[in-house]
Amino acid sequence: MLKDITLGQYFPGNSIVHKLDPRVKIILIAVLIVMLFVTNTLIAYLLLAGFILLTVYLSKLSFRMILRGLKPVLVIILITGILNLFYTPGVEVLRLFGVLSITREGIFTAILMVTRLILLIAGTSILTYTTSPMQLTDALERLFSPLKALHVPVHEVAMMMSIALRFIPLLVEETDKIMSAQRARGADFDTGNLLQRGKALVPILIPLFVSAFRRADELATAMECRLYQGDKRRTRLRQMTLCPMDGIVAGVCVAFFLLVLYLQQTA
Amino acid sequence: MSEMIKTEHLTFSYTDTVTPNKLSLDHIDLTIPAGQFVAILGRNGSGKSTLAKQFNAINLPAGGRVLVSGMDTRDPNNLIPIRKEASMVFQNPDNQIVSTVVEEDVAFALENLGVPSPEIRRRVDEALKTVGMYDYRLHAPHLLSGGQKQRVAIAGVLAIMPRCIIFDEPTSMLDPQGRAEVMEVIRHLNKDFHITIVLITHHMEEAAQAERMVVLEKGKVVMDGTPRELMCRTAELSRFGLAPPQTVALVQEVNRIAGVLMPSDTLTVQECADRLQTYLLEGGVRA
Repeated sequence: MLKDITLGQYFPGNSIVHKLDPRVKIILIAVLIVMLFVTNTLIAYLLLAGFILLTVYLSKLSFRMILRGLKPVLVIILITGILNLFYTPGVEVLRLFGVLSITREGIFTAILMVTRLILLIAGTSILTYTTSPMQLTDALERLFSPLKALHVPVHEVAMMMSIALRFIPLLVEETDKIMSAQRARGADFDTGNLLQRGKALVPILIPLFVSAFRRADELATAMECRLYQGDKRRTRLRQMTLCPMDGIVAGVCVAFFLLVLYLQQTA
Repeated sequence: MSEMIKTEHLTFSYTDTVTPNKLSLDHIDLTIPAGQFVAILGRNGSGKSTLAKQFNAINLPAGGRVLVSGMDTRDPNNLIPIRKEASMVFQNPDNQIVSTVVEEDVAFALENLGVPSPEIRRRVDEALKTVGMYDYRLHAPHLLSGGQKQRVAIAGVLAIMPRCIIFDEPTSMLDPQGRAEVMEVIRHLNKDFHITIVLITHHMEEAAQAERMVVLEKGKVVMDGTPRELMCRTAELSRFGLAPPQTVALVQEVNRIAGVLMPSDTLTVQECADRLQTYLLEGGVRA
């Protein structure tokens, strides 16, 4: 189960999607998310799905990677689909056990919601797969830098985020190790009711916390040794400069989104 | 400036309620000239890591003082210049790598210093080539082997272009191959870049590669000399919790059993083999 967590994993590459300015990428993905919520017609969803598939293709990511990213949220997707299927009022097409009724509207909403969730996750995972966490946080820092005037610690938050992303695989690995160690001592994580299973997690969480704190302490020392002084006159390895290509891509995407909205209106 | 690091009557103790008067470092006077490769040894709790943390102002002296290139570590204004001169590599490579991409991690210190971006690119590439990790510059650190991660960590401090690097047990979490890789890089840095190396270790084989070794016990310097001199003083070493390298132990064992007096300063396998061969050819069997 733990191996399925691909959140924040970055796959280096040289594709056009990788090279796009991360700020542009973040804004476009944000717009895409809004698009997925304001549209509700079949044609719009087909177009947006096509758009996402094309982006995956252009970024030279494997489709399997995207599917792997969906796995951890599969349950949520299923529950959403089932709830919508049974609890949408409308024209009844099928009645199960006398109480559960499936309506035409229900089928439609269920499909819509499931596709919406899948596209949401696929879309956002393209962002994290093609943008290194450092670039991502740098971009967020730049996008939110106007807030610095209001004394919002933008740089510190961005730094925290990137470190969190860096430590996800490490802590996952460590959790696995601790679980194996506790299993070897006879711990049982797989049987019993919810409460018992919850209790069984305590001997995992405590060592994990302790080691996370130790790691944090060591990392802080190492960062100080490497002259980290917060936001003071930092520069970047990759200077973020908008190039004509970013403009073209952004223009094409915006035009496409407008087209989708237009078709949605007329449909 | 020929003195890289100099400690004068350095004392230090951790706030510890059990043994409040115990000194972790007890009046240490040590001078490390620039360009030297010095290994610091001692058993657990002998104060070797504590001493290392004094060399780039992570911990400050409780008494006495530490000078790094003549700069006093107690002066807060010296902090940044000192850490540019003397940088540090830690035991666990995972806990010192900040970024999820190798080259961005190596760039971290330079970004902090406000170095312009083309210069960062140049120095990052150079540092990665020096440690032999240039081909991995776009990899994610968590997918590298221990030895590779530690080399990335070394590149990360190398990019600062320090004149001295302090290694705090850099190989203790690595497998034999990773250990060999890291030691090779350390020797390379010392020999070809004339970087002063302070290597904290408890591997005698690693210490044997240094020019000078210092043994600590209970926060005091108890032995200080070249590995060649000190390694054969086995009785003394074992009193401080250290076992001699196997090559020395082997020659001494032959001496003991055959009742001969071969010099036992054989630090490498090659030296050891040569000495035993000479002994056998000279008809040592007689004895």
